[in-house]
Amino acid sequence: MTRVNAGLRRVPAWTLYIAGAAWGGWLFWLGATGGLGVEPIEALEHRYGELALQLIVAGLAVTPLRQWAGLNMMPFRRAIGVLAFFHVLAHFLVWAVLDVQRLSAIWADILERPYVTIGMAGFVLLIPLGLTSNNWSVRRLGTLRWRRLHRLVYPAALLGALHYVWLAKGFQIEPLLYLFAIVGLVALRIRRAGGRVAR
Amino acid sequence: MARRYTSDLTWDDVTPKELYLNRRQIMAGAGAMLGAGLIGGGARAQGDLEPNTFEEITTYNNFYEFGTGKDDPARNAHMMTTQPWSIVVDGMVDNPGTYSFEEIVAGMTIEERIYRFRCVEAWSMVIPWNGFELADLLARVGVQEGARYVAFETLVRPEEMPGVRVPVLDWPYREGLRLDEAMHPLTIMATGIYGEPMPNQNGAPIRLVVPWKYGFKSIKSIVRITLTDEEPYASWNAAQPREYGFYSNVNPNVNHPRWSQASERRIGGGLFARRIDTLMFNGYEDEVASLYEGMDLAEFF
Repeated sequence: MTRVNAGLRRVPAWTLYIAGAAWGGWLFWLGATGGLGVEPIEALEHRYGELALQLIVAGLAVTPLRQWAGLNMMPFRRAIGVLAFFHVLAHFLVWAVLDVQRLSAIWADILERPYVTIGMAGFVLLIPLGLTSNNWSVRRLGTLRWRRLHRLVYPAALLGALHYVWLAKGFQIEPLLYLFAIVGLVALRIRRAGGRVAR
Repeated sequence: MARRYTSDLTWDDVTPKELYLNRRQIMAGAGAMLGAGLIGGGARAQGDLEPNTFEEITTYNNFYEFGTGKDDPARNAHMMTTQPWSIVVDGMVDNPGTYSFEEIVAGMTIEERIYRFRCVEAWSMVIPWNGFELADLLARVGVQEGARYVAFETLVRPEEMPGVRVPVLDWPYREGLRLDEAMHPLTIMATGIYGEPMPNQNGAPIRLVVPWKYGFKSIKSIVRITLTDEEPYASWNAAQPREYGFYSNVNPNVNHPRWSQASERRIGGGLFARRIDTLMFNGYEDEVASLYEGMDLAEFF
């Protein structure tokens, strides 16, 4: 594991930003040129949403992986989080602009459709996290306050997973796997945080 | 004999065969996009009707027995054996029995029916089906006095259908119609698309098509037809009665609890396609509204 960590240390975090942005852009290009099948709007919406959930799971797993597997992904955690935020944003924009299209219908969906409401709530919770994912904000807020603020990722992750489970038709496994993963990871983090407070 | 229905959509409204067979190759190169646009212009329908290609109709499907992804049926449905095929006809009929596919089709008038197809998920297509009126089949098997509904059942064969290993629904997939809906001349048993035998992912070898109802009512790969006097089990209705009614007529004024039904995405428009308004009874209001006279369509959705 030491060798893996040494190798990871040699990978600069900016490569992750480039790779993530390139992947998101590549998906859009595929959608625009027929590479995502005959219904690219739904496909792109789902791909961005799913990618965002995967990145959120990865971000939540960074600390447990270091603790139990000794794998140090810490240098990439901000990049993972920022990329997750941008994929949620892309997911939201595809939904609003390309899918629903009408402002009145977008509002109606957010207000009336619970799965859209909770998805939207999760997105809103992530906005301050996206905005403060820089060294200046950490200094400005102070580490403690910054950390507290960034615990918002736990409710946001849970809302995102519920959003996916809720929109599935019938009984489907995949959304439940995300829900279990996120509930498990959040539970671990909350237990740890609780322990720290007690100390 | 069935009251014959004359479709208001014709071959002028859909892509001619030479074109739909070619469009894939044309679309393949980004440089040829302009060419596709020019050629596509000739095949474009009047009004709101954008023709759907064979590729569109056969690569974007809901057939959960083969998986819940839209591309799963196209990938997995080849595993389904459709020859031999037989359908059990039972319940309140004069001539119950197990009929082979060939026996069912023999003597039926196979017609071209170009119908709008509206999925409950708010997407739609225009599909040139080949098939015969269900009423003709019902006349042949002899509907007994007192029968009020027709129940249908899809094949369930786990070794050929990877999707049924997951209890997405209570398999086999089942659907039903009121007898007058089943006898309506718009209601067909489809055996093909674009003059080709029904592709497996679209419900080979024989499926129901009820164009004024959401797509899930148009049950695929049928192995049983039962005449009954009580409202039959319908899979989605049983799974989520609040979301899927027994009737499930296309109705832009009655929303699905989780999404609006006022508009739809017509498949084929690409990433920047505009939504179009959903029509009452999917545009077949003149033909079928009388079936539901006096019924509150918000209650019997």
